[in-house]
Amino acid sequence: MNEYIFKSRVWLITDDNGNLIPDVDTDQIFHNAHLYITDINEMWKYTFGNLEGWKDFPKKAENGDIIIAGKNFGSGSSRQQAVDCFKALGIKLIIAESFGAIYKRNAINSGFPIMISQNINDIMSQKKILNLQNISVDILKGELINLDTEEKINLTPFSKVQKDIYDKGILLNM
Amino acid sequence: MSKRTIIEKIFYNHSKEEIEPGGIIWINLDLVTARDFAGPNVVKNFNNYYKQKDLFNRSKTLFTFDLTVPPKTIQYANNQQICREFAREKGIKVFDIDQGIGTHTLIEKGLAHPGAIVVGTDSHMNILSAVNCFGQGMGDIDIAFGFRYGKTWFEVPETVKVLIKGNPKKYFSAKDLTLKILGVLKTDRALGKAIEFYGKTIEDLDISGRITLLSMITEMGGIVGFIPFTENTIMEIKKLNGLDGLPEEIRADENANYSEIIEIDVSDIEPMISMPPYPHNVKKISELEKRIKVDFGFIGSCTNGRIEDIEKVWEILRGKHIADGVRLAIVPSTKMVYRQVLERGMLNDLFNAGAIISNPGCGGCAQGHIGMTGKNEVMISTGNRNFPGKQGDGLNYLSSPEVVAYSVLNGFISSKEH
Repeated sequence: MNEYIFKSRVWLITDDNGNLIPDVDTDQIFHNAHLYITDINEMWKYTFGNLEGWKDFPKKAENGDIIIAGKNFGSGSSRQQAVDCFKALGIKLIIAESFGAIYKRNAINSGFPIMISQNINDIMSQKKILNLQNISVDILKGELINLDTEEKINLTPFSKVQKDIYDKGILLNM
Repeated sequence: MSKRTIIEKIFYNHSKEEIEPGGIIWINLDLVTARDFAGPNVVKNFNNYYKQKDLFNRSKTLFTFDLTVPPKTIQYANNQQICREFAREKGIKVFDIDQGIGTHTLIEKGLAHPGAIVVGTDSHMNILSAVNCFGQGMGDIDIAFGFRYGKTWFEVPETVKVLIKGNPKKYFSAKDLTLKILGVLKTDRALGKAIEFYGKTIEDLDISGRITLLSMITEMGGIVGFIPFTENTIMEIKKLNGLDGLPEEIRADENANYSEIIEIDVSDIEPMISMPPYPHNVKKISELEKRIKVDFGFIGSCTNGRIEDIEKVWEILRGKHIADGVRLAIVPSTKMVYRQVLERGMLNDLFNAGAIISNPGCGGCAQGHIGMTGKNEVMISTGNRNFPGKQGDGLNYLSSPEVVAYSVLNGFISSKEH
């Protein structure tokens, strides 16, 4: 049975000033020096390996964690590894203001949950979610609840194709 | 019948569904390709999910090897061999390690043609719109599905109309125009959208200039860009691919629906540079506050690896020598371009000017062989990305072939006038 509600602690991918980092590209997520790797079980340790301030993320992340990131997350190359490394690390969901076009396809096609929230910057500036707080996200309703404060935030729910692929596990089962 | 933009028309011709921006449709693919990165995973996915099953069409599936050519490690050699063996088993074409950049090869061979939809594991697949073909970069799952079924889903993008205005007085190159536009659109105004460009300055670009500009739609966060053909474009395409006849260019309907119309005045354009660490950090070279010393020049990539690009470098460097302590690498985009460099006698002059000239391919953009920097080294490159670590540990500035040539000649970032 597929999960539609995730409850977990959340990582805010921010810079030194506490702002969500925009335009995090695939070379910062999974550097091209490791592109020879085709085994997903090998990928986790290179996650954010080239993103200043986050290079130790693979050590800090725990199975089940959720990520909130800035705009145009995953811009750049078409490498599937930039999605698969999060899967390998046990990350359950990535929420961002927007995603790079190819990254968005790659995540949806591999059945990895991603969600868009156009007001993510307001959420951040009003400190509605703090790093490592616990949140609950309903991917079909598009509803995020901060479990520590009980505040509700709207996200764009899964599209039909996204849900269909998610239910089958991967595009290749369609 | 509703009025359609170019991308909407191309989708309409490849789908049975209603075409509405934001809607998700299934489209048929004219060509599905993979390259040496991601290719092995396409094979793995195909064999895991579709073992013993057929490809949707053997003449519409192929591999292009362009990233580490020839392979620089055993791992890359093994990965390429996985693709070759799959190709032999299925009876499909491989454009092997001698051929150069896949997208350019598809244009030269006429495999990418007006109105077609071509997908591949290259994020700069949208270069193909230089010949009015919709190219889309994809990951290995998408491509494995495409190999099997010849179709994919797509969210119909909104289209932005960009009007290029003004009459530039000074000389500028296609890369300067590209960086000027990138500096205005940055990564948000066209994010996830198709762009249609209009205006004499942009329509005057030859195919190599169109490739330069349209390759960097990716860096603008866009899906694809289109520029109307001129008589010259049509003749150039015919000359390049040598095919009989030419399918008609797809043009937008009058009064098609655009999400935004953006005007960009380029009358003050002059040599531009993109400062690390983002392609959209664009400045005029004349506005640089201090002299920036360079260690390494790179000419090539899918953005600036055509003969027209190398010719400009040759015109500046022949009979001269690059500055002491500076290195210059030149990587032609394809075998055809390499042959032109040889036949036009440029190789000898470039060699004498101190350049390293390699076989065709992507060069340093994906940590290939040629064009990597060490810490504290400064590169000036004709590539399309200057993200941290993209072409080594050093700082990477992006510019036109002319600016790279003047910079390696002088030892610091410079144009003809500055």
